[in-house]
This record gives sequence, C-alpha cells and structure tokens, in this order.
Amino acid sequence: MMENLTKEKSLTSIIDTSSEFQFNGVKSTASDMKIRMETKNLTVMYGKSTGIKDVSIPIYDNKVTALIGPSGCGKTTFLRALNRMHDMTRIAKVTGEVLLDNKNIYDEDVNPVIIRRKIGMVFQKPTPFPTMSIYDNVVAGLKLVGIRKKSLLQDVCEKALTQAALFDEVKDRLNDSGVSLSGGQQQRLSIARALAVEPEVLLMDEPTSSLDPQATTRIEELIHTLKNDVTIIIITHNMQQAARVSDKTAFFYVGDLVEMGDTRNIFTKPKEKKTEEYLTGRFG
Amino acid sequence: MRKAIDEFLKDLENDLLKMSGMVTEAIQQSITALKEKDLELAKEVRQNDQKINDIRLNIEEKCINIIATQQPVASDLRKIIAILNIITELERIGDYASGTAKITQKLGNGELVKPLIDIPRMAELAIDMVERSIAAYAKEDEKAARLINSQDDDIDELYHQVLRELISIMIEDPRTITRATYLIWVAHNLERTGDRVTNICERIIYLITGDMIEKL
Repeated sequence: MMENLTKEKSLTSIIDTSSEFQFNGVKSTASDMKIRMETKNLTVMYGKSTGIKDVSIPIYDNKVTALIGPSGCGKTTFLRALNRMHDMTRIAKVTGEVLLDNKNIYDEDVNPVIIRRKIGMVFQKPTPFPTMSIYDNVVAGLKLVGIRKKSLLQDVCEKALTQAALFDEVKDRLNDSGVSLSGGQQQRLSIARALAVEPEVLLMDEPTSSLDPQATTRIEELIHTLKNDVTIIIITHNMQQAARVSDKTAFFYVGDLVEMGDTRNIFTKPKEKKTEEYLTGRFG
Repeated sequence: MRKAIDEFLKDLENDLLKMSGMVTEAIQQSITALKEKDLELAKEVRQNDQKINDIRLNIEEKCINIIATQQPVASDLRKIIAILNIITELERIGDYASGTAKITQKLGNGELVKPLIDIPRMAELAIDMVERSIAAYAKEDEKAARLINSQDDDIDELYHQVLRELISIMIEDPRTITRATYLIWVAHNLERTGDRVTNICERIIYLITGDMIEKL
C-alpha cells in the first residue's frame, strides 16, 4: 500500500504549507518562508533495494525540521543524501535533486567537500578526535582547508564553542583532550566543530540518543538557539523531542514520505492514518 | 506502552459515562422534586452535586496523570483534551440541577404560580441532549454531534415560551413575582444546560476532526 503512496498523492496533499505562523504579532504563511534546501524526487537505491523513493520536500531557512519514522524507514538515508554522504558508499545510487539555494548539490561541477562544509553533520554518538585537544577538535575543519592564522583560529574556536554553549565550561582547559569531557559536553564539542566551518545547514542524526536527560536538555536548548544562525534537520526517535524542538516534521515509512507539515499540526491532528498510528504507538 | 494508554483511556471513558449518568439523574430528580414538592429529594440532589464535583476532579487528575506519564499525541491527546472540557461542562450542568433543587427548597410547600408543563419538557429535552452527546462521543459520531445542536433550538423556544407566560402572570398579579422569578431561574438553568451540551458537541467534533469550532 505504502509503495505507491507518493505517486498516488499530489505533493500538496503530503506537504502542508497552509499553516500560519505568528511572530511578534505579525502573521506569515509557510509560503512566505524562505526555502533553504529542497529535494525533488529524491531516490536512493542500495543495489536493488530502495532506501527512499521519490521524496520531494522543502527545508525552510532558520527552521528545525524533524524527520521521524520507525527504524528502517529511510530517515538516515534521506539525511545522508542531503550532504552527499552516499558518495562514499559504492552500492548507493542517488537520483533526483537536492537543491541548496536552488543549486543541485549533485551537479557535476559541485565539490562534495565544499558541500559538506556548507551542510555540516552531527552524529548519534559524540565524535571528538581522541588524540586532539578541545581547541584542535574545534578548529580541525579550518586547519584541513589550510587556515593557519592563530588569531583567526582562536576567534573561531571561541565563537563556535560559545554557539555550542560549551565555552564557559571549557575556556580554562582548551588544551585538554576532547575525550576528557562528559558525554553531553563531547556532543556539544562535536556541534562546535561542525559550526566552526560556518555551515548553512546542520544535519543531526539522533544527537541526544546516547545522552542523559540533563545533557539532552542542553542540546535541545542549543538547537533552539542555533536555528537563528543555521537551518537544522534532525532525526529523532524521541517523539516528544521532535515535538519540542522542531518547527516542521516529516514522517517517513518504508522509504516513502508519508506526511510533512507544521509540527504542531502533525502532533495534534495528522492528516494521514499511518502518521496517527505511528505517533500513538500503534506500530513502530 | 500502547496497552497502558489504552487502559488509561478506557478507564477515563468509563468514568465519563458514569459522570454523565449522575448528571442526567440530577436533572431528572431536580425536576421531579420541583413538580412533587419533594424537599427530601431536592436535598438529595444538592448533596449528590458534591459527588459530581468529586468525580470531575478525579477524572481531571487522571487526565493530568496520563499527560504527565504517557505524553499522548494526536487522537489520544485530543481525546484527553475533549474529556477535560466535557467534564467541565457536565459539572456545570450538575450545578444547574443543584440550583433547581435549591429553588425547590425555597419554594417549599407553597403553590406554584402555574402548572408545570413546559419546564418538564425542557428537562426531558436537556436529558436527551446530554445522553445523545455522550453517545456521539462514545461512537465518535460527528454527524450526531452536529444534529444535537438543533435540539438546543427547541429548548430555547420553550424557554422563551415559559418566560413570556411567567411575565404575563407577574404583570397580572405582582404578588407572584418572587415565586414566578424562581421558575424563570429553573427554566434558565435548563436553557443553559442545552447551551452546555452544544459546547460538549463542539469538543466531540474537535476530538474527531481536530478542528476547534466556536459555534456549531
């Protein structure tokens, strides 16, 4: 039934763009919001098996978009397609388009390394480089592209750590090893490292799944603040987290996008029965 | 997880049915007490109102508990929000019945200023509306919930009829003013009951569709 879901419906029925937003008393509609990224008929195949099929969604600027769905539904496959991570998987084949500021990142003239600077990624588990200090972890990306000027690196390090809400906790021990930090701090360090190269979009794959509630709260607060600077796409298995941190939610099921809309609408009155069943724990 | 929330919701629904039964019984008994000048029954209705208030608080506490421990979303969340609103309306309807019982106590054994014909009809309609609204809730029947609204028009019509009649009685004989005013209050209580049921129906429609509507 789900296989033809995308084909059976028009995009407007899957993606709810009708909602109104209110900020400082000024109403605007989804159509007024700037689309930073967009996928068009994005399909990822692993050999003969399909990871995601025909996914077309907008990603709005300075908004948090949550990707939800049961394991194996294609969330991570979709996320990895957004910064060409599948390039490194030989059997993966990506078709369709991923537009960043209206430019397809899969075009031949696009350098995937530059794309990954513009579209950073934070993984499930904290990934500090174990042999590097806190400082070196943060500036690793910049050093990789040849930036050596110490004052610049110091400024970037402080800015990124501040953005990641970690600076005050580590400012007196920047030369300590990155792995000397707690799990929550290590994850914020990973976020700081991603932010140091000033990405436009930040992809987060279950960034709090290995953290305790307190560290999770810190990361969620951070996401809330960070969206002023970057566009965020987050995968989470924690439904309440998706409800708390995101503005938009997209629900995937067996490789299909079932529904996307305002988070508040998805969590109170989803349009699709499948979404309703998943959210209320009837499967998944 | 799903089993737990299903059990919680089933329990809530049983409580809601019980509460609506207590409320319709209160309306019925309050009118019987008025008609038959049964002051003991009027006293009982007033005492039972506390039980209605208690069950409302108990249901509210259970809803809060489910929200805190199960974090319901989508239709589960709408159901709990609908129940929270419905019990508030039912509790107020219970207050109206208690108010009618209080009037019966005030009227005592004295003669009524007019035979009670339309007021019991209003009570019948009000009870029917409550019962049908709760049935619409249980069956999640949007059409039935919308239809109940037309019954409220019938109650309103009867109310205005009673009002006209009582005003003319008061004009004819000002000595009846106090006792006639008491009956106006009774009729008003029943009229308000109808309005409360339409609020319940709006919540049932919210539960089913997710749409908040102000007026059916």
